[in-house]
Amino acid sequence: MTARAEILRRVRAAVGDERAAEAALAPADGAATRAYLRSHADAEVTELFAERVADYRAVVSRVAAAEVPAAIAAAAAALGLAVVVVAPGFPPAWLPGSGGVTWRADDPPLSVEDLDRCDAALTTAALGIAVTGTIVLDASAGQGRRALTLVPDAHLCVVRADQIEPDVPDALGRLDPSRPLTFISGPSATSDIELERVEGVHGPRTLHVIIAEGAAG
Amino acid sequence: MSIPPGEGVVWLGSPPFPQAARQALGNSQLRANLRQATATIRDKRLRVTAELSDWEELRTAAAAIKDQAAAHLDRYLVQLEESVTRAGGVVHWARDASEANAIIGDLVEAAGVREVVKVKSMVTQEIGLNAALAARGIDAVETDLAELIVQLGDDRPSHILVPAIHRNRDEIRDLFAAKMSLHGRPAPAGLSSDPAALAEAARLHLRDKFLTAGVAVSGANFAIADTGTVVVVESEGNGRMCITLPPTLITIMGIEKVLPSFADLEVFLQLLPRSSTGERMNPYTSMWTGVTPGDGPQDFHLVLLDNGRTATLADPVGRQALACIRCSACLNVCPVYERAGGHAYGSVYPGPIGAVLTPQLIGVEHAATLPFASTLCGACYDACPVKINIPEVLTHLRARVVERERRAIPGPEAQVMAAAAMVFSSARLLRAVQWLAGRGGRLLARRGVIRRLPLAGRGWTGGRDLPVPPSRTFRAWWRRYGQREGGQ
Repeated sequence: MTARAEILRRVRAAVGDERAAEAALAPADGAATRAYLRSHADAEVTELFAERVADYRAVVSRVAAAEVPAAIAAAAAALGLAVVVVAPGFPPAWLPGSGGVTWRADDPPLSVEDLDRCDAALTTAALGIAVTGTIVLDASAGQGRRALTLVPDAHLCVVRADQIEPDVPDALGRLDPSRPLTFISGPSATSDIELERVEGVHGPRTLHVIIAEGAAG
Repeated sequence: MSIPPGEGVVWLGSPPFPQAARQALGNSQLRANLRQATATIRDKRLRVTAELSDWEELRTAAAAIKDQAAAHLDRYLVQLEESVTRAGGVVHWARDASEANAIIGDLVEAAGVREVVKVKSMVTQEIGLNAALAARGIDAVETDLAELIVQLGDDRPSHILVPAIHRNRDEIRDLFAAKMSLHGRPAPAGLSSDPAALAEAARLHLRDKFLTAGVAVSGANFAIADTGTVVVVESEGNGRMCITLPPTLITIMGIEKVLPSFADLEVFLQLLPRSSTGERMNPYTSMWTGVTPGDGPQDFHLVLLDNGRTATLADPVGRQALACIRCSACLNVCPVYERAGGHAYGSVYPGPIGAVLTPQLIGVEHAATLPFASTLCGACYDACPVKINIPEVLTHLRARVVERERRAIPGPEAQVMAAAAMVFSSARLLRAVQWLAGRGGRLLARRGVIRRLPLAGRGWTGGRDLPVPPSRTFRAWWRRYGQREGGQ
């Protein structure tokens, strides 16, 4: 017997009798089992999102859509970035002039070594989650493949205010599970030494989230 | 039909819990480290769980989803296999640890590499993957900070979430300074014991390994039957490195990790980080479905492991332990764990959840002391985000242990119980024993308590004091006063 057949046989032997006794399946999505809230957002979502992202010691800027290039330039200057890789499909209108920064396209895709030589990655996001202060990337246009936002030591991410969902249930409802998804809540961190939180391990040690308000979806 | 138990779950040669705990209690450094760490995490968890007014409803939903998944596990596993295969992944099935290790070893050899990077994974600990790969000449590099500390120290994990919780910063500094150079880039000169400096040393040590690795091995927090999506929840970014950069990714998961649908994650992604690290959300959660052209590994394997899980599923009371999402909240609130530490449990799975999971995965006869490693205070049940009634399972397993022993030569406990049954069934005998206890107690007592019983009773007082029996029993008092007043 194959391992597959054997394991399935064991499962059926373990639960089969009781299942046969059940007249019908009790669906897990019955009202009684899904009595929890759809959202815990108790404030205006943009405000809450900004506050909760900052709680993780990420940097947050809130700007009007037209000010996004200036905000990116200011962030690059503040962090002293020289080379920034820009995700394919990032809105060209949001890209600042050079201003001493080399903006590299990931097209054709950079090698891992080249990515490692970039100081930061610049992307958009699929959506934001206000209650948990999370940005989610789904690798579609403007966000880049997963390595892009992982290898460089800083990540600049522009989220439109209208992309912010109040809480986790609504956010998951809007995501496409067939795409690779990365949920990011602050910079990389560890609590492995005496459970004391330290920001910055293997992922980007700096996360700067720019919230673009009044931008057209 | 008998279902065979799991292998590898316990560390062979570990002493039984009472003996191991007694040794651990003598280590004051260990107790100080644990007290400090568990107190910190308990406060954080309470703060963020209190933010959600529907915490109880979320727990109820999680328990119901896990119940549903367990009751129809065969259907969901087959569906998961179909979904992953459709998305370009390859699914393997392993009955036990040896089978899983052989599958993974073959895959690594087929990829032509001698070193793999690993994401922290309880199940690879359970099957002893690192040792099995080493026997084939393959190095497995742990990339989670705490797992790296355990690996460099040739140590054992003592906590589900923070395997090196028994080590303090100074011990870790010394370890890094002494051992990192043996496995790659040495620790920076003049390394301090500041946690940030230690994390930086780990970053530098592992960086090249991430960027050049050919194969990664990971566990999974969840796998979704209807979409084939695999979920890894982490903090440091080592998980993202492993599941993104190497061309081949091998993920191994216990069969109980499957969830029916993608929407179910809305419950677990709220419960897990808050229960585990006490955060609203952990820094990184990665989800992938099979293979994505041009992004991440192009060769993805998913190994589905039984290793005692179906045996656990066969017990209608005990099976709730399979709902565990490995948050470790039960460890952090447990008075026994806080004092004895994780190693005393002699298992990959320590603490309250370990005390119910380990005996079921390997058979109660092989871990007969673990169901007794608890005061049954119930703090673990209150803390559990998926509402596993750990005290209920503990008492159920105790009954199974006693049931087994009854068939063998009766132990001291059984003999005492038999004697007590005889005494309590005879008023005359009870009176005689109470008279003796009253006299004897006063002889042994010092300041109101008996610290040490003679002869066979020594075992009982080894871990506790005994109050002195009263000089006059209730029955004696009743004969003198109660009847008279009752008669008026």
